[in-house]
Amino acid sequence: MNTAIVDPMIPVPYQVRSFQKELSDTFTIELTPASGRRPFHFKPGQFNMLYAYGTGEVPISMSGDPADPSKVVHTIRAVGTVTDTLMALREGDNIGLRGPFGSSWPVEAAEGHDLIIVTGGIGLAPLRPAIYHVLKHRKKYGKVCIFYGARTPEDILFRKDLESWRGRFDMYADVTVDRGTGDWAGPVGVVTNLITRGRFDPHHTVAFVCGPEIMMRFSVQTLNGLGVTNDRIHVSMERNMKCAVGLCGFCQFGPTFVCKDGPVFRFDRIQKIFPVREL
Amino acid sequence: MTGEAGAFGAPRVLAAKALDQLITLLAQDGYEVIGPTERDGAVVYDTVDGAADLPLGRLDEQEGGSYRLKSSRKAGYFHHVVGPHNWKRFLYPPHQVLFTAARRRGGFSITVPDAAPPKRAFVGVRACDLAAIQKQDTVFTGRDYKDPGYAARRAAALVVAVNCTRAGGTCFCASMGTGPQVGPGYDLVLTERLTGDRHEFLAQAGSQAGADLLDKLKGRAAKDDDVKAAEAAVTKASRSMGRTMVDGVETLLKENLEHPRWDEVARRCLYCANCTMVCPTCFCSNTQDETSLDGNEAQRVRTWNSCFSIEFSYIHGGAIRREGRSRYRQWITHKLAHWHDQFGSSGCTGCGRCITWCPVGIDITEEARAIAADKGRTKT
Repeated sequence: MNTAIVDPMIPVPYQVRSFQKELSDTFTIELTPASGRRPFHFKPGQFNMLYAYGTGEVPISMSGDPADPSKVVHTIRAVGTVTDTLMALREGDNIGLRGPFGSSWPVEAAEGHDLIIVTGGIGLAPLRPAIYHVLKHRKKYGKVCIFYGARTPEDILFRKDLESWRGRFDMYADVTVDRGTGDWAGPVGVVTNLITRGRFDPHHTVAFVCGPEIMMRFSVQTLNGLGVTNDRIHVSMERNMKCAVGLCGFCQFGPTFVCKDGPVFRFDRIQKIFPVREL
Repeated sequence: MTGEAGAFGAPRVLAAKALDQLITLLAQDGYEVIGPTERDGAVVYDTVDGAADLPLGRLDEQEGGSYRLKSSRKAGYFHHVVGPHNWKRFLYPPHQVLFTAARRRGGFSITVPDAAPPKRAFVGVRACDLAAIQKQDTVFTGRDYKDPGYAARRAAALVVAVNCTRAGGTCFCASMGTGPQVGPGYDLVLTERLTGDRHEFLAQAGSQAGADLLDKLKGRAAKDDDVKAAEAAVTKASRSMGRTMVDGVETLLKENLEHPRWDEVARRCLYCANCTMVCPTCFCSNTQDETSLDGNEAQRVRTWNSCFSIEFSYIHGGAIRREGRSRYRQWITHKLAHWHDQFGSSGCTGCGRCITWCPVGIDITEEARAIAADKGRTKT
């Protein structure tokens, strides 16, 4: 593409370097440019538009390490036509990519505070880059807690990561499930139950929350109850996106475009519209 | 439309036949000339070869859900107001190929279609529609990301605007502050005058291109009386407008997101999306993928879409806005309220098209007024 003006709607071909199955419906792909070497820089919480040849495009957050610009990592749950097609990808296949887009988790603004991460299901994927960043700069933060909820023990994403984070002495990680199948001996119940167990100072805490809207709603309530104010809570919203650059209108959420004003919002900035049904 | 000489010269009076000459001059300059023309019982915008293609002597009668053309001796070329078309179809086409992907060994290559835009002259752009073009300029070129296709088509467009001297049945531009007097941004603006056997245009250039055209069209220098008569006709149109938007509608809608009126309007709305298709500022688009039968070529196409469609808010698991009330609320609150947050102005120009072309005659001004009359109520 040699046009003078860059069209933000045109993808660049990337190649799948590795494909790894995570769960029955979830997988991780690592991508590099199909030709040439171009470092890919992004901020934790941002997303790309991934194009499956002839099928369509979907917004997917980066799930890899933001300090490693040599590859682009995405963790995807197959829930529709395009993501089903992406799940059939194998090493060497090409896909289209444009990005990165959107706002990010304010990892730098959170320095000097306790940081708590509340997440459920695939919501851990867009938070993993933030966790990588925080652990790399661990000394800059106070207490660090991760609270993760999954439907069943078989649905726990990034289990190895969670186990390694849980094994560290400089952070707290806890996992709960909705249904305790198999030999699960951990907590059963909603993720908000975990929040109250964490030992953090609510008045000096920044919270990153990502999951289904209902889970985020109750997490915010619980955090508020402990004294974490809405200006220190950040949530990641999800809406239908076609362009990712504020031109198609699909992702509107009240006055905002989730694609460019979000997906990460400081909660006090959307607290009025967040509870409005079907807005 | 002042009597003073503007930056691009003083106003001039042109005989009615100069319109044909203007279209010829534009064509000679390499413009595809688009203007109002009658088709299938409505005035639409399409290529015109001369003044004879314009709807001389035709008037439109418009009301909620109703549009009829009739002949009138009082009607010149531009005494009709706006029809179902608007200029966005030329600047932001309803169907655009974004790219073509060709399958190759081990992948695919992407080709972007040649974006060289046609040089187009829009003849008969009303005040509301020039405001609409400017609102879309902000959407497509005035924020974080630019739409290069739109920018190129817009840069290649020349605007011959027309002041309205008659208000249509559903017009409310005066209360939106966009008309009927054309604001800045035109190349040439005309005010048509038809009295007795006099049929002429008061013309004023708004750019060098407009001034050059006016030089070639000659005519005579406008006198004070010519200017005053034109101003009086536009003022009369403004005063005879039957509809107004309630004051403070931005705050009103933001504070009444759970008003029972949303359920009431949802019972009448058909979710046909006509209002969004005829709206000159609605800009939402979908993208679709079309694959050749052998699968070796795939196109990605951008098409107009509407917040009234169920697919618009679809995420895995279903649509966010399942209920009709939510979709109507999205449209009107975006247009009249949230547009201010996003683009610094209202998204409505008061052109009235959404009222006329609504099959059941839902009136955006009436819906806003109903909420204003009963504000603060919430669904029980």
